Amino acid sequence: MRNKNLTRREFIRNLSVTALAGASLPLLSSCSKEEAEDFLQKHFLEMTEDEKKRMIAKLEQRYLERYGKNFQISTQEAQPETLWGYGLELSRCVGCRRCVYACAQENNLSRYARQLHWIRVLRLKRGNLINLEDSEHYYAPETVPEKGFIYLPVQCQQCQDAPCVKVCPIHATWQEPDGIVVVDYNWCIGCRYCIAACPYKGRVFNWAEPNLPKDEVNPNVHYLGNRPRMKCAVEKCTFCIQRVRQGRYPACVEACPTGSRKFGNLLDPKSEIRYIIERKRVFRLREELNTESKFYYFFES
Amino acid sequence: MGAKRALFFYKPSGLLKTGRFTMRKIYMIIASFFFLGVYLTTSARTASQEFPVPPPPFTEGIFPCSSCHASMEVNRKKRELKEEHTNIKIHHAESMRWCLDCHDVKDRDKLRLYNGELIGFTESHRLCGECHGNLYRDWKAGIHGKRTGYFTGTGKRTYLLCAHCHDPHEPKFKMIVPEPPPFRPTDRRNEK
Repeated sequence: MRNKNLTRREFIRNLSVTALAGASLPLLSSCSKEEAEDFLQKHFLEMTEDEKKRMIAKLEQRYLERYGKNFQISTQEAQPETLWGYGLELSRCVGCRRCVYACAQENNLSRYARQLHWIRVLRLKRGNLINLEDSEHYYAPETVPEKGFIYLPVQCQQCQDAPCVKVCPIHATWQEPDGIVVVDYNWCIGCRYCIAACPYKGRVFNWAEPNLPKDEVNPNVHYLGNRPRMKCAVEKCTFCIQRVRQGRYPACVEACPTGSRKFGNLLDPKSEIRYIIERKRVFRLREELNTESKFYYFFES
Repeated sequence: MGAKRALFFYKPSGLLKTGRFTMRKIYMIIASFFFLGVYLTTSARTASQEFPVPPPPFTEGIFPCSSCHASMEVNRKKRELKEEHTNIKIHHAESMRWCLDCHDVKDRDKLRLYNGELIGFTESHRLCGECHGNLYRDWKAGIHGKRTGYFTGTGKRTYLLCAHCHDPHEPKFKMIVPEPPPFRPTDRRNEK
């Protein structure tokens, strides 16, 4: 009796093992080992240093094959006592779009066949700042600024209470300790809930494989920032995470010919952004939604 | 004042066998060296480290000014310049201003502040700040104007001078050509 019982238990155990092997067989057989590894990659925040290193080496190899350049993929963590904030002076922005293209250059954005931009410069009738629906971002005059218009550049506002982070079903996007909302492109499944949730249209989607010319690639990248993306990944402005974590101004700040763009640490009382908040007339876009954005527009006062 | 002096020159009796007068002299010399050192280091810092500015935007071959002006006679009369500097149009409170209000007469390679102090062209922000005080205050804080490079740490940083963006003779910002608009979703260049 006892013997028979044991055999049944064994039989069930064997059956379940076989079933498990059978179920995982398509995974292992229909894709290469590398793809299976990608599929089984851990969440970025749960990886150990060792696992991160291995993944970075793999990615660097892949980018080398694809773009013919040696990439430096950083996984630098947030510095302590930092909370990044951005300032933009509307009375001085002339709408020249230098920032838009500097951003594309720095952050390895797709250039054509789905051109993507992280910054959208809206043109509004002067005195009509509230009606963003009447804005236009395809304006193409011969020279700027035009009479009777103001320009409102909009990008990810790095909300402290970000709607996009709340709706992500798989935690592929989250807020870093220094306030930057980042996306793990490897983890993103492309459901685009975050794009629907963002009230600033700050996120863009790779509908196709991005077209990034080999000679325009920027090889100094951050894993959570400007590394080349793939099809089906959502991306957005990261305040140039690869630069600001080294204490360097974002690319758009350096590109602005009028110096309208300001950047600094909100926790440092001596920073430029704190000077602006304390002394200028500041407003945040769509403040009524309680997103607590860290992007401050201001006027000369 | 007397009490302060007494404190400053206080010495425990019998520490040194020199007379009071000699001790005072020694103290004075040490103190003067100390203050001179402090003055030198702070002035050096204000010039190069506090505002790390790039070279001023001169037209090529125009500096040093003294290479021509040193041998020329000074003409203080306000007039239209026909031979040289014809590209300069003064549109900066022109009815009450002339070249020599900002450029020094004797040393043409310097600018002249209202108090008579001569400054180099890399410090021109001090001259601009004499009239545009509020903007100068913001510039020093990094709000007006443009800064590039590293904002923290030891990396290289650059603060643009007023003259890099505003032509000092004609400071109004010029119109610029914008970069092309983004492709519309229906644009051919957006298709595969």
